[in-house]
Amino acid sequence: MTPRLELDPALVARARELAARAGQPVVDLARQHTTVSVERAVLRLAGLTGTDPLTGGVDGGAEGTVPWVNRVVDAVREQVGLEQGVAMPVWHALTSGDAPSLQSLAESVGAGTARFELPTGGDADRAREAARAAVREGIARIDANRRRREELVALHGDPPRRPWIYLIVATGDIYEDIPQAQAAARAGADVIAVIRSTGQSLLDFVPEGATRTGYAGTYATQENFRLMRAALDETSAELGRYVRLTNYASGLCMPEIAVLAGLERLDMMLNDAMYGILFRDINPQRTFVDQRFSRMVHARAGIIINTGEDNYLTTADAVDEAHTVTVSQLLNETLAKEAGLEDWQLGLGHAFEIQPELPESFRLELAHALLARSLFPDAPLKWMPPTKHMTGDVFRGYLLDGFFNLAGALTGQGILLVGMMTEAVVTPWLSDRDLALQNVRYVLNAAGGLHEDFHPAPDGFIAQRANQVLAESVDLLEKILDHDKGLLDAIADGTFGLMRRPADGGRGLDGVARKSTEYWNPATELLEVSGG
Amino acid sequence: MSDILRPYGDTTGDGMVQMSFTLPMPHTKVAEGAAQQLANKMGMDPAMVVHAKAISPEFTFFVVYGRVHHLVEVDKVRVVERDYPLLSPKEANLAIRKTLRRRMVVVGACIGTDAHTVGIDAILNIKGFAGEKGLEYYREIRVVNLGAQVSVPQLVARAQEEKADAVLVSQVVSQRDAHLLNTREMSAAFREAYPSDKRPVLVIGGPRFDEKMTDELGVDRIFARGTTPADVASYLVHTLAVRRQADRTKEAHAS
Repeated sequence: MTPRLELDPALVARARELAARAGQPVVDLARQHTTVSVERAVLRLAGLTGTDPLTGGVDGGAEGTVPWVNRVVDAVREQVGLEQGVAMPVWHALTSGDAPSLQSLAESVGAGTARFELPTGGDADRAREAARAAVREGIARIDANRRRREELVALHGDPPRRPWIYLIVATGDIYEDIPQAQAAARAGADVIAVIRSTGQSLLDFVPEGATRTGYAGTYATQENFRLMRAALDETSAELGRYVRLTNYASGLCMPEIAVLAGLERLDMMLNDAMYGILFRDINPQRTFVDQRFSRMVHARAGIIINTGEDNYLTTADAVDEAHTVTVSQLLNETLAKEAGLEDWQLGLGHAFEIQPELPESFRLELAHALLARSLFPDAPLKWMPPTKHMTGDVFRGYLLDGFFNLAGALTGQGILLVGMMTEAVVTPWLSDRDLALQNVRYVLNAAGGLHEDFHPAPDGFIAQRANQVLAESVDLLEKILDHDKGLLDAIADGTFGLMRRPADGGRGLDGVARKSTEYWNPATELLEVSGG
Repeated sequence: MSDILRPYGDTTGDGMVQMSFTLPMPHTKVAEGAAQQLANKMGMDPAMVVHAKAISPEFTFFVVYGRVHHLVEVDKVRVVERDYPLLSPKEANLAIRKTLRRRMVVVGACIGTDAHTVGIDAILNIKGFAGEKGLEYYREIRVVNLGAQVSVPQLVARAQEEKADAVLVSQVVSQRDAHLLNTREMSAAFREAYPSDKRPVLVIGGPRFDEKMTDELGVDRIFARGTTPADVASYLVHTLAVRRQADRTKEAHAS
């Protein structure tokens, strides 16, 4: 049974309606544009992998070399532009006999001999049919992975209770990550997240191969995804519990990473509507176009997205700005549903970040957590531990994490990210992780069912606070709609997270192209026709 | 406070400390003895292994309490004290408005082949570090973050174009002393491009730098591991205020 608060139903309906209106211009923008990464994702769905060995490369390694998908998209763009999409020129080159396969066509791009043009008439029909067939294979593999996940969950079983216990691994070396992830799963983790190398979000290409040199995280690559999923499949069989794998579809390569996640059966992906814009200064247009495509892929792949509202509270006050979390959740929800995601796939984020010295801070946390729970009753909310008020005092941190765990149990959260008492001190040690899991286990064993008995008084502190935050959220949504272009203008003038992010600023704008009337993309066609 | 101290448990001079650690061995009697041996070698005598728990079949976690006999000689402690006041973002903004009467311009980059923007991003991005917001958050600071793999000439050109008050460079990679070589190249280029009294404040940061090497590297300040955005902002506010004061004194003498 899920705990609920009595929220004013008129206010809830109003909030959703306003969020949908605020999101509409962003959806229109995403439909009218494409990006280099969306086009590269099409080639990845068609099976193009590998890197051009003649580019970059640190010490003869593959890590700095340019992926073939980048080389091909750049060549098409240079010769015929991006506004029609790459599918027609690429498959025209293939169907007219310029190259026997996509791989060899890429190599001729590397050699500088590939010529691209936009086909017409019968040539266009042939190119379109060939592109569809090629991309359909990638989508078929994503579908097969989704079925396989369902089989494995049926075979091994889901975690025995909610919330699912979510643990981060981040060594930088995939071969170190694997035993750590397996150990974490054995110790009780239901979800393993491999944090990415710092700065990957700003790379305009996806690194290739198994990598061992990430900084404060491990590169998201197709091979790393495959290795980790295979290892966790072994561990799932050993434990009799399907262990889920999480990575990040964010930054400049969101669409491609979403495709790789679908191809390698990842189970959850971090994928927030505005995080890249606000916190990484990625261009808003680029973000929204990339995001819609990536969410269509996630919808198809049966992947649960995790949104990043916790980040607002690391830069803003968790009480004063609580409503920005709610507004972002509502926007994430409306944009996700438009892209085909269902309620069970919306791991909307929120966090335990109120200043612990504030009187009644725990009641305020409960109010905010219950608001999210009541507003999104069918979404597996992702509950994030304290970070901002974690100090080097690991003992106090351990207590705070205990209260965080209790709030998670009491308010029926879906996914609980395990807090580390050494947050802000070191990357978690083996013993830190073990102690943190003991903390979670104790609370869930001792109070896992407490949400059944927890009914805050309808006129009490918690209910009043939740309704107040909801009202503030509606006010903020109205303010967003006062702008000419709604959300885009609101982001530009600093309505969110204190940052001004104009629509033509930030990284990656040069990778955005307005679609011409000739634009065609076999992936969006296939995903839109049969998507959720 | 005496100049000679011992740790305090519950009695003056008892020398009691507590520690925890993990040994890569199964939890057996031998493991507990091993933990005790480590504590003894570290100078804890007597050492009490009060808790031992298997983390996995191969690892055991211990908590040890014990007495150390070392003396702390307070008068021999040497530290690099912060020589500027630590300001909150609000105070820093106010100080900039008062001393510069315009926004402070900070240009940041990772130079050379270093692609690790973690340091510069922690200081500059609004997301910040250790719960503190980055310099982008400061209303009175205009941040130009050039990101990774910026060449020294690019950096100098951009600093001139933006009329930078300060240039922040982050260097994480230290293979073959790349961080030192790059920094020297950078500071030399700035010395060449600017008259000495017009040069922006040069700040370098990274986990492998020694904070005492400023003269050797030709920069104004080095920040090591654990530096927060407020440290950097406070330093810049202080340094620019001092410079401004010096300029005014010079002008006063000249007239």
